[in-house]
Amino acid sequence: MLSCVLFLPMVGALALLAIDRSKERLIKKVAFGFTLATFFASVPLYFEYDAGGALFQLGQDCDWIPSLGIRYSVAVDGISLLLALLVTFMMPIVVIGSVKSITNKHRDFYVLLLLLEGFMLGAFLARDLFLFYMFWELMVVPMYFIIGVWGGKPRIYAATKFFIYTLFGSLPMLLAVLYLFFKLKSQGAADPEVEVSYSLDALGQLSLSLKEQWMCFLAFGLSFAVKVPMFPFHTWLPDAHTEAPTPGSVVLAGVLLKMGGYGFLRFAIPLFPLAVQQAAPTIYFLAVFGVIYAALVALVQTDVKRLIAYSSVSHMGLVVLGIFALNSDGVRGAVYQMLAHGLTTGGLFLLIGMIYERRHTREFSEFGGIAKKMPVFATFFIIVTLGSIGMPGLNGFVGEYLIFFGTFQASPVTAIFAVTGVVLGAWYMLATVRKIFFGEITVEANNHLVDIDTREIIVLAPLVLMIILMGVMPKPFIQKLEPSAQAIVHRYDAAVEK
Amino acid sequence: MATIAFLIPLVLLLGSAVCGAVAIAKTRGVVLPDRVVSGLAVIGPALAFVLSLVLFKNIGHGSVMAKGWDWILLGSSWVPVDFVVDQLTCVMLMVITGIGTLIHIYSTGYMKGDGGYARYFSYLNLFMFFMLVLVLADNLLVLFVGWEGVGLCSYLLIGFWWQDVAKSSAGMKAFIVNRIGDGGFILGMLLIYQTAGTLSFSGLRAFVESNPEAFTSGSGFLGLSVATAACLLLFLGATGKSAQLPLFVWLPDAMAGPTPVSALIHAATMVTAGVYMIGRMSFLYALSPTSMIVVSTIGALTAFFAGTVALTQNDIKKVLAYSTVSQLGYMFIAVGLGAVSVAVFHLVTHAFFKACLFLGSGSVINAMHHEQDMRKMGGLRKRMPITCATMTISAVAMAGIPPLSGFFSKDEILWKAFSSDLGHGWFLWALGMAAAFCTALYMGRMILMTFAGSCRADEHTKAHIKESPKSMTGVLVILATGAALIGLLGVPHFLGGHNVFGHFIDQAVPVMHGEEVVHGRMAVEAALAVLSVMVAVAGLFIAHRCYVRHPELPAQYAEQNKELYDLVNEKYRVDEFYDQSVTKPLERLAEGTFFKVIDRRVIDNTVNSVAKTFRWLGARIASTTTGAVRTYIAVMIVGLLLVVLSLFT
Repeated sequence: MLSCVLFLPMVGALALLAIDRSKERLIKKVAFGFTLATFFASVPLYFEYDAGGALFQLGQDCDWIPSLGIRYSVAVDGISLLLALLVTFMMPIVVIGSVKSITNKHRDFYVLLLLLEGFMLGAFLARDLFLFYMFWELMVVPMYFIIGVWGGKPRIYAATKFFIYTLFGSLPMLLAVLYLFFKLKSQGAADPEVEVSYSLDALGQLSLSLKEQWMCFLAFGLSFAVKVPMFPFHTWLPDAHTEAPTPGSVVLAGVLLKMGGYGFLRFAIPLFPLAVQQAAPTIYFLAVFGVIYAALVALVQTDVKRLIAYSSVSHMGLVVLGIFALNSDGVRGAVYQMLAHGLTTGGLFLLIGMIYERRHTREFSEFGGIAKKMPVFATFFIIVTLGSIGMPGLNGFVGEYLIFFGTFQASPVTAIFAVTGVVLGAWYMLATVRKIFFGEITVEANNHLVDIDTREIIVLAPLVLMIILMGVMPKPFIQKLEPSAQAIVHRYDAAVEK
Repeated sequence: MATIAFLIPLVLLLGSAVCGAVAIAKTRGVVLPDRVVSGLAVIGPALAFVLSLVLFKNIGHGSVMAKGWDWILLGSSWVPVDFVVDQLTCVMLMVITGIGTLIHIYSTGYMKGDGGYARYFSYLNLFMFFMLVLVLADNLLVLFVGWEGVGLCSYLLIGFWWQDVAKSSAGMKAFIVNRIGDGGFILGMLLIYQTAGTLSFSGLRAFVESNPEAFTSGSGFLGLSVATAACLLLFLGATGKSAQLPLFVWLPDAMAGPTPVSALIHAATMVTAGVYMIGRMSFLYALSPTSMIVVSTIGALTAFFAGTVALTQNDIKKVLAYSTVSQLGYMFIAVGLGAVSVAVFHLVTHAFFKACLFLGSGSVINAMHHEQDMRKMGGLRKRMPITCATMTISAVAMAGIPPLSGFFSKDEILWKAFSSDLGHGWFLWALGMAAAFCTALYMGRMILMTFAGSCRADEHTKAHIKESPKSMTGVLVILATGAALIGLLGVPHFLGGHNVFGHFIDQAVPVMHGEEVVHGRMAVEAALAVLSVMVAVAGLFIAHRCYVRHPELPAQYAEQNKELYDLVNEKYRVDEFYDQSVTKPLERLAEGTFFKVIDRRVIDNTVNSVAKTFRWLGARIASTTTGAVRTYIAVMIVGLLLVVLSLFT
């Protein structure tokens, strides 16, 4: 079942290669068909996963490269389940949303997009550290090309920056992965009971000294911190976002960034609890500083996409804050905020894309008074904005509030600063709305704008529905992820107490 | 009964959705006539009013709990979306749906012909929905949904005419200033939940009664006791929503919205949310005398401060805006003294006379071709007799002349201040009396400048001045009647009354400092009442002297005390102070230090130099990279295939 969801997009990529590159419409249809099929294949997972049962379910586990101890091992817990669903939910939307923004090399683009979906799913579902690492690295490649080939003018700079940042993070991580494996192997040589593999369960049994934990935590953590991205490793994001084509930005903000938070939860905290305990105050400081820092920087941006990118940095800072509160409220909030942020920020990038397709600019000075010409568009934009700034009753609030509560238990003073960041969030987002939509139309070209059409409404409607549903009734989501969040916290508490 | 509690907000949510759909349909060329839209707009509030009446009739001495669904998991228990209806809720429901319905009816006349007619009612219905959620909520977190929701609608309605950048900026300012307060509210909730493990009002009250020491002793928060810290944080939220010092700055700007909005949101209902919230939480405030002193003192200072500003404003809506800030200050004096029923009484009377005054000013502004400057008005009493009569009644009621409503509610607050045992009662009383004098003076000034004397408008405007349509004047008459008579519900004991209103509310919010009728003090109470009436009469008398008999006097006085006058006229330059001390430095920090130096120079330069090193290295192994995307993809796919194949071997 899981493997079916995982490989469907990759099969789709192969199928696309079989189609003649000139058949644009067919290519788009097939790409959409595969993403939609993946979504429908993934929905039953939600119902099959029993939150009251074992932590990891629906798994599949077999030898892959036995000589190296690498296994093909996939399974979901509540957290990876919901994040995987976020991927499969976003992708069909991304495909319809990209119909107009991608104007050349259609086939290549959709092949890369489907591969990207497969790799992201792989990273969320993997239970074998090597498998995870492979997907983690593979993911960067299609994204690099999407930015570098279909991006805006300084796309090469942006793509290279993205690549270097990521590389900078992932090489140490590979070394750490290998170190862990050989450590386990040496323990296995002494004790035949120990299963020598990259399986997370086996690696979880490793007893590492504090120094080893620190080394590995730094190696893993750097990679995750770049992906989140955490201050001060965030400057690739504004460039990548600004230059990426709309679908690239949506995937980046909607899903890819969550990989960093997920990495902390799944690997860093369970494997290196003692290092995490010592590092937490520093990370806390960086995260909360980043929340306010990025919010302030967002305030002075003149390019809409760049502004949303900094808002992402600010919101993802909250996620890190929730994770490193290291209590169940914080972790629960962090996961919820990742889901919520995926929908709202993904939505914002889609919305910006729609206006970009019409005007080919994202400078605030080119807009103003657009609500007159595009009232439906303005309505959608404002709803998504409200979700993003944490209006109670919409999805952002639930995650934010839980994170605040988790943070408050860990450090009340930090919570005060985190709340300040949210106040600033309202400032820059409402300023964005005002600059784009309100006032009189001052730029002549805006007089000819046409409101969004049915296709665009179809793109936005599911997002807005989810934004409202997750705000009013978060229970179906929280219920699924709660045991998994608690398990992470309990495991950490137990390790630290020992 | 429980179903009704959910039904009341629901009809408004539906109403809002329907009007919103009509507004959207209009952009796609499907236009419904305004009369149909009016019907759709008014039916929600009217239904809600009827349903509220049913609840009110059946509530008796008890309360009704309506269970909803589980919302957010905090710690190990779910915060539910539950509603509760008790006497306090009932009074709020009656005010919101009653006055709300009237203002909807008035709006059908006032907004006639506006391009955004349906959109306006969609927002206004949505506002009532959130306001009802706010007063029905059984816990702080659900209250907060309403709290932020009304703020959102206030933002949308202040900036309703968004083509005007100044107006949409005013809406934004309202939202952001409120958000600062809401930050305090959120922190307060966190602190309370961490201490008591619940946010429900009944649960909290039970917790506070059984172990108050959890709130009063222990480590506390930032050096304060938990109770004091939590109360002050919640109060920070209240100063935002209810426009008190230091966060009042958004309310005067909020007058940019359509006038019925000012009446409903910025006078009768939303701005009283802070008073309501503190009233609901009064059991917690009772644990912290410090917080009660802060609340009542801020209230008294605001009442006086805003009262003086109102004296110098020439824009009729600005006078009313500062007057609202000032009257809200009175309410905070009362809740700060633990006299919740007294505060709510003033809330109700204020809702009537201030709504009437705002709607009356709307009627005037409409007749004057959107002129709001009172210096260009005058002599309107003959052309607009109904508006003039209803506004005058309301103004006199607010000034505190018996037996109109304002006298009873304000006098009770002043008496509570005087007889308070918190130690600073005399101070509150003195400021309250000074503010009462200002109230009478600025109200007299406003009425006289608008309606008395001869008309100072230009000939064109003058020729078109006429009384507003019946949908508007009818509402004015009802509200003025209320403003005149509603006070009789709360006639105090010393005047031979039974204070029906107070006893009704006391069932929901028990009085903390149980105060019995002491006959010896009744003489004092009566004497103070006479004194406050004299102050009110003096205010009105001076207004008459300055604005009718010797109209040259105010200008002379302003000239003699130019510096003081300018300071007050420019609203003590609080806005300018915030701009210089907060907004500008933050923007400088963001643009100068953070973005240009840290992001660009420090971090990016580091990354770029790493990139250069790589490029240098790359040049040496460049032969393998062809730069052709197709090749890369092909290699990737082949690699992937190998991976998949190896799976099955």
